[in-house]
Amino acid sequence: MARTFSLTAVMAVVAASTAATLTACSAIGSSDEPSSGGNGTVTLVTHDSFGLSDGLLDSFTEKTGLTVKVVQPGDAGTLVNQLVLTKSAPLGDLVYGIDNSFASRAIDEGVVQSYVSKVPAAKDAAQYAVDGSDALTAIDDGDVCINVDHAWFTAHQLAEPVTLEDLTKPEYKDLTVVPNAVTSSPGLAFLLATIGAFGEDGYLQYWNDLKANGLQVADGWTDAYETDFSGGGGGGPRPIVLSYSSSPPFTVPEGGTEPTTGALLDTCFRQVEYAGVLTGAANPTGAEKLLDFLLSDDVQADIPDSMYMYPVSSAAELPAEWASWAPLATDPFEVPPADIATNRADWLKQWSATVIG
Amino acid sequence: MTTTLARPTTTAPAAPSGRARVVAFWTLAVAVPLAFLAVFFVWPVTVMVGKGFVVDGHLDLSGFADVFTQARTWRIIGLTIAQASLGTAISVLLGVPGAYVLYRHAFRGRGVLRALVTVPFVLPTVVVGVAFRSLLVDGGPLGFLHLDGTLAAIVSALVFFNYAVVVRAVGGLWERLDPRAEQAARALGASPWKAFRTVTLPQLAPAIASAASLTFLFCATAFGTVLILGGLQFGTIETEIWIQTTQFLDLRAAAVLSVVQLVVVAGVLVVAGRARSRRERALDLSEPALAVRVLSWRRPPGMPPGDGHALSLVAAGVTGVVVLLIATPLVNLVVRSLQTPRGWGLDNYTALGTTGGSLTVTVWQAALNSLRIALDATTIALVVGGLVALVVSRRPRRASARRAVTGLDALFMLPLGVSAVTVGFGFLLSMHHPFGLPVDLRTSPLLVPIAQAVVAVPLVVRTVLPVLRAIDPRLREVSATLGASPFRVLRTVDLSLSLRALGLAIGFAFAASLGEFGATSFLARPDRPTLPVVIFRLIGRPGPENYGMALAASVVLAVLTTLIVATCERLRTTGSGGDW
Repeated sequence: MARTFSLTAVMAVVAASTAATLTACSAIGSSDEPSSGGNGTVTLVTHDSFGLSDGLLDSFTEKTGLTVKVVQPGDAGTLVNQLVLTKSAPLGDLVYGIDNSFASRAIDEGVVQSYVSKVPAAKDAAQYAVDGSDALTAIDDGDVCINVDHAWFTAHQLAEPVTLEDLTKPEYKDLTVVPNAVTSSPGLAFLLATIGAFGEDGYLQYWNDLKANGLQVADGWTDAYETDFSGGGGGGPRPIVLSYSSSPPFTVPEGGTEPTTGALLDTCFRQVEYAGVLTGAANPTGAEKLLDFLLSDDVQADIPDSMYMYPVSSAAELPAEWASWAPLATDPFEVPPADIATNRADWLKQWSATVIG
Repeated sequence: MTTTLARPTTTAPAAPSGRARVVAFWTLAVAVPLAFLAVFFVWPVTVMVGKGFVVDGHLDLSGFADVFTQARTWRIIGLTIAQASLGTAISVLLGVPGAYVLYRHAFRGRGVLRALVTVPFVLPTVVVGVAFRSLLVDGGPLGFLHLDGTLAAIVSALVFFNYAVVVRAVGGLWERLDPRAEQAARALGASPWKAFRTVTLPQLAPAIASAASLTFLFCATAFGTVLILGGLQFGTIETEIWIQTTQFLDLRAAAVLSVVQLVVVAGVLVVAGRARSRRERALDLSEPALAVRVLSWRRPPGMPPGDGHALSLVAAGVTGVVVLLIATPLVNLVVRSLQTPRGWGLDNYTALGTTGGSLTVTVWQAALNSLRIALDATTIALVVGGLVALVVSRRPRRASARRAVTGLDALFMLPLGVSAVTVGFGFLLSMHHPFGLPVDLRTSPLLVPIAQAVVAVPLVVRTVLPVLRAIDPRLREVSATLGASPFRVLRTVDLSLSLRALGLAIGFAFAASLGEFGATSFLARPDRPTLPVVIFRLIGRPGPENYGMALAASVVLAVLTTLIVATCERLRTTGSGGDW
């Protein structure tokens, strides 16, 4: 008797879950997905960090009648490689989020097609044009810099480091943590900073010195900042961390007026994020309109709060805390995108062999 | 008037239409899962690996020489096998006593404990990584152990994730083992330990081998755990494939490594399959009520000394320690989720109703997405995995057919052993106009539950199969002789005896789908992120608010999993004796 009852119960559960699957309770059953490829839709392919404040994309739809479908296949490196592999049948119409370390690869592979925006901010964007191509338009930028925990250095009565060289000095032994250059994009940016600073011949020696001085390599930014860094959420043991020039404002304590951390502006590498119309896009006109929208004042002003980068447009105003506590470096280290595209794999392998072993 | 004399036959006569239906059923039972696996696993992987071996239309195998001449490759293979073997061995050593305590004993809070040990299985690795490292880091609560960045840290995390796999797979069979065989051995003078070793352990061997092979595959393909806790110096085949594919776009090296991974995995499956089939035989299954004992610290009145009470206590002690160790990072997670810039509070949980400023959905919406997707994935996995288990549980008389059945079993395990990167990128390459059909499955919401189901199918098979195989074939024969149609035999014998295992399997598949962050994270998922994806996005952003939200969302994921797994446990006990 009990057996029959349980059988009926399981049959009922299976029937119910099948019914649920076929109806609106499940992902397959519901069909509120905007259809792709239609004239009324433009598909934005972007990385995991993309986001805009509530309602901003809706205002684009109101102005243009185009619905934006956002597709996010992974981090910035994964994004470009997926676009390269799918270039015969692109995943969408516009890509946003290719940075200057991957820009040349995207252009060389023909993933993006040329488009020159005519909105006012496009003039500001032009300073970051890559390799004489007009296929990628800069949308925002930001600096990856060494950050220090002011509170820790005050408490230990130690002068804060200023330059990259300082990090190899004995007084800063066992104090620095950086994310892995192979597995994290700020990690790669910092490797590029050292190549910009010490040249292709000198950067490995610098990393050897860092390693000898007790450098800790964490897997990613989250891990380094939230676990190892003394000024992050986890209250870790190390007061020197690789992060962004925009990080300090986030450490203004509740009720306080000044951040407890600061960025060392002589240690920075400039990251620039680009957008481009995908070659073979189903809706290239829509893609161009969306790119113009990304350069509009509304989006540019929203970028700091929603994506933690600096707007490329000189007309956009920075949030007050950023203006006080998060200036961009005046003279960041640079490596031409074409050099990065040619040498990235070799540099990373040498870095890996030197630092990781 | 004609009379037809029935020819004497040994089997019950089946009407021709009935036999055709039986043949049609078994054909479908084989064809449906095979088609599913071929389209959504074999094909994408073949396309992706093929891309690495075909250069300008020519087959180019020089990648093998390049990859194998590097010392690093051999180190990576060695590290993969070492980490996975250690992780598996320790999971089994700790998991078997755990299964004994949690499935052969009754005590208050057992349901909660069973669900609790399953929680790590679904937590995003990045969250577990942070929770683990903040305990182990210098100055952290366990910093004095100096385990940060060591192989020991990686292995303990692997055990943390996979303990539940062993407990559930072994427990599912153990609670149904008829205790009378062991009792008979005891009556004949064997000590409790000897009775366990010579009677019970051999009976459990297939389930242990099953669990060990699952654990090995999970450990060998662990990705985030290895990178966060150990870094690249402990890199495995899986992390190397990820680097070569997503960072270097060196598809040739990635393809070679994928083949190496396949060889390692296939080797393990063959060994595990041998270990299983040597031991596998019909067992006497009983109602759990018969087998379960009340767990108490004091020897129950009337129990003679030396009746295995000490064994129970040791198992309970070991399990208690393991549960504490598992609970430590989880408690750490909960505590940190309650910390806000203004002190203690629920602010992080209140924020879950918002998009945190710039997520595309609120965290609650993401949780709903996860549940809906998990519902689809579980249904698919249950149908496909159930059919596979049913087919594989049969022992055909012909040797070739027996080999085919074994092959089918191993084939459906492969998705656990193949890199999520290879599968994910393979989907991208193969799902645009698949088979010339005018649909773009790459950005379809269908693809996410399907990708998760591919991973959940082996879990269903491994949970249900040991019980199906343990069913005495004579039960089926008796039932058929008494005139039951083949379908009635399936329903009254196979289905009813494996019901409880099916309940376990549903919970397992649901948990796997909720926590899946492998292949899905590479899919060009349309604007419908799951909870693990949202957690990953939040934790990568600056500011204590985002970090706090990520931790709160992880706690929600853990609670959700606990509730669902506990419900499935309850569901499977409804009406079948009521041992609650």
